[in-house]
Amino acid sequence: MNVISVAYKNLKRKKIRSALTIGGVAIAVAVLVSLVGFDRGYQQSLTGNIDKMGYQLLVTAKGCPYEAATMMLKGGGGLRYMEQDIYEKIKSDIRIDKITPQLVSAVYDPDRLDGQGGFAMYMGIADSYLELKPWSELKSGGWFTSETADEVIMGYEAAEVEQRLVGDKIFIPNINKVMTVVGIFERSGTQDDGIIFLPIKTAQQIFSLPNKLTGVGIKLKNIQEIGNFEEDLYNEPGIQIISMAQVRGTILNLVSSAKVMANSVAVIAIFIAVIGVVNTILMSIFERTREIGVMKAIGASAMDIFKLVWTETILVCSFGGILGSILALLGSDLVEHIIKKILPYAPSGQLVLIKPGLLFAAFLGAIALGIISGIYPAWRASSMRPVEAIRTGE
Amino acid sequence: MRELIVKAEKLTKVYKLFAEEIAAVNNVDLEISSGEFVSIMGPSGSGKTTLLDMIGCLDSITSGRLEVLGNDVSKMKESRLVNIRRGKIGFVFQDFSLIPSLTALENIQLILYFAGIQKKKRDLIKLLEKVGLGHRVNHLPKQLSGGEKQRVAIARALATELEFLLADEPTGHLDTENSQEILNVFKQLNQEEGLTIIVATHDVKLGSQTTRTIYLRDGKVDQNNN
Repeated sequence: MNVISVAYKNLKRKKIRSALTIGGVAIAVAVLVSLVGFDRGYQQSLTGNIDKMGYQLLVTAKGCPYEAATMMLKGGGGLRYMEQDIYEKIKSDIRIDKITPQLVSAVYDPDRLDGQGGFAMYMGIADSYLELKPWSELKSGGWFTSETADEVIMGYEAAEVEQRLVGDKIFIPNINKVMTVVGIFERSGTQDDGIIFLPIKTAQQIFSLPNKLTGVGIKLKNIQEIGNFEEDLYNEPGIQIISMAQVRGTILNLVSSAKVMANSVAVIAIFIAVIGVVNTILMSIFERTREIGVMKAIGASAMDIFKLVWTETILVCSFGGILGSILALLGSDLVEHIIKKILPYAPSGQLVLIKPGLLFAAFLGAIALGIISGIYPAWRASSMRPVEAIRTGE
Repeated sequence: MRELIVKAEKLTKVYKLFAEEIAAVNNVDLEISSGEFVSIMGPSGSGKTTLLDMIGCLDSITSGRLEVLGNDVSKMKESRLVNIRRGKIGFVFQDFSLIPSLTALENIQLILYFAGIQKKKRDLIKLLEKVGLGHRVNHLPKQLSGGEKQRVAIARALATELEFLLADEPTGHLDTENSQEILNVFKQLNQEEGLTIIVATHDVKLGSQTTRTIYLRDGKVDQNNN
């Protein structure tokens, strides 16, 4: 005989009520686990995406840094243009390990996505692009035959959407240009998968942007030099330098308002769960007033009754914690799907990351919830005077 | 010489009902010694249960003096009263008052848990056998008849090293046959084991078979017959 088995048997007496209360706690825990899992998953995916860009700094034309950060993640640069001279000027800096120019253009294609229409992203790149992204591999085909060839290499998803193979032609609307697909990249798990690449000189020519760039990606030999390097370029007219750390911070700022809303929902869910637990246990002890009186009469001390009721509350919350963790695990795909639809920018990769440590923490949190919400009902029960409890409950 | 278990002097319990004060027990002098089988009788509202509750250290007293098992409990608070009654005073209630979610055996184990006493399961089963319930060890209260429930309640009270047993209308919810069985159990415990038993009852037959009867009327002792 121990207090846990007595408490468990007490909970079993009102199965539906106990199950509903456990369900309330489970939903609160599931919401919390999903949100924390999202927070971790999002940051990890974002960091992974940024790391896979291959460069630490991006030089772009001056403009809104938020817009630049978002556009860069979506397509490698803000859609403002700067002179190519900048690239020529800074590429010889001895602190630079690798550097690559980019020219991004978005073209509306009314036939895209089975006639629904949509923007196709084109990016002009140079050979140095591959030096910054050595992990990029071609699934099929090869590199551009020349710097001015009318050829494209398609990202993995872009090729899937357009249903193109190496050797196929691709038509760019508005400018009425036909290009040949010479290669298709392997899936990278980044936004690059959705881009159609072409030689930068070809891009400048067909998009009528001679000597223009949208960005220059830079990887320094020594990452500690970032501050000095940024400072040196600070006074260059018409450009801004965005470090990847800034981009990460900017994107996290963009989603922070959504997170505040979601966290508020979690806090409300927990608050409702606590009220539900307190209400259920209070109802239970009021129904058992005489029984508690009898237990006191036959020798239970106030502390014995306190422990019994407290254990019941902690058990309810613990079961809720376990169930909530299972719900969060099973529902993580659904949550991820919903989040991806809501967020202004969703990096590729797993956005809701639920690890065993998080589940264990959720379980401990549920126990803490039980400890807190059990104090008042346990105190009420333990402070009943036996004779009054026996008579009141008659 | 028999040990004095209960000694009451001018014991009074007053309840306040709105502006009115009602003396449920009024200036009662009483002594009960070990080995006695005492019945407290009287009409409804005469103060039987209130007197029993005070003797059982369940209720506070308004005035007078009460000694239970050599302790002056007159001004003791609940936190200390529980130590007097725990494991030493057994209670049997009219409605049996078993914990519905626990089996007969577990109901007995619970009182031992509260008293901090360790006993082997087979000793507890023997205790249930003693009250004729060896075949009902793992039955829940809802699976037992009224008489069986009351016998579990008696076995529960006997599980600890009991000094005396208090029973409030123990046959009130039982038919004649079961009432007689409970009476037989009480007589056996009193005569063979010398257990002190104090019973509050309306049951004249039960009252007539105790060694002493105290009649209460309007909270006062009307008669105290041996």
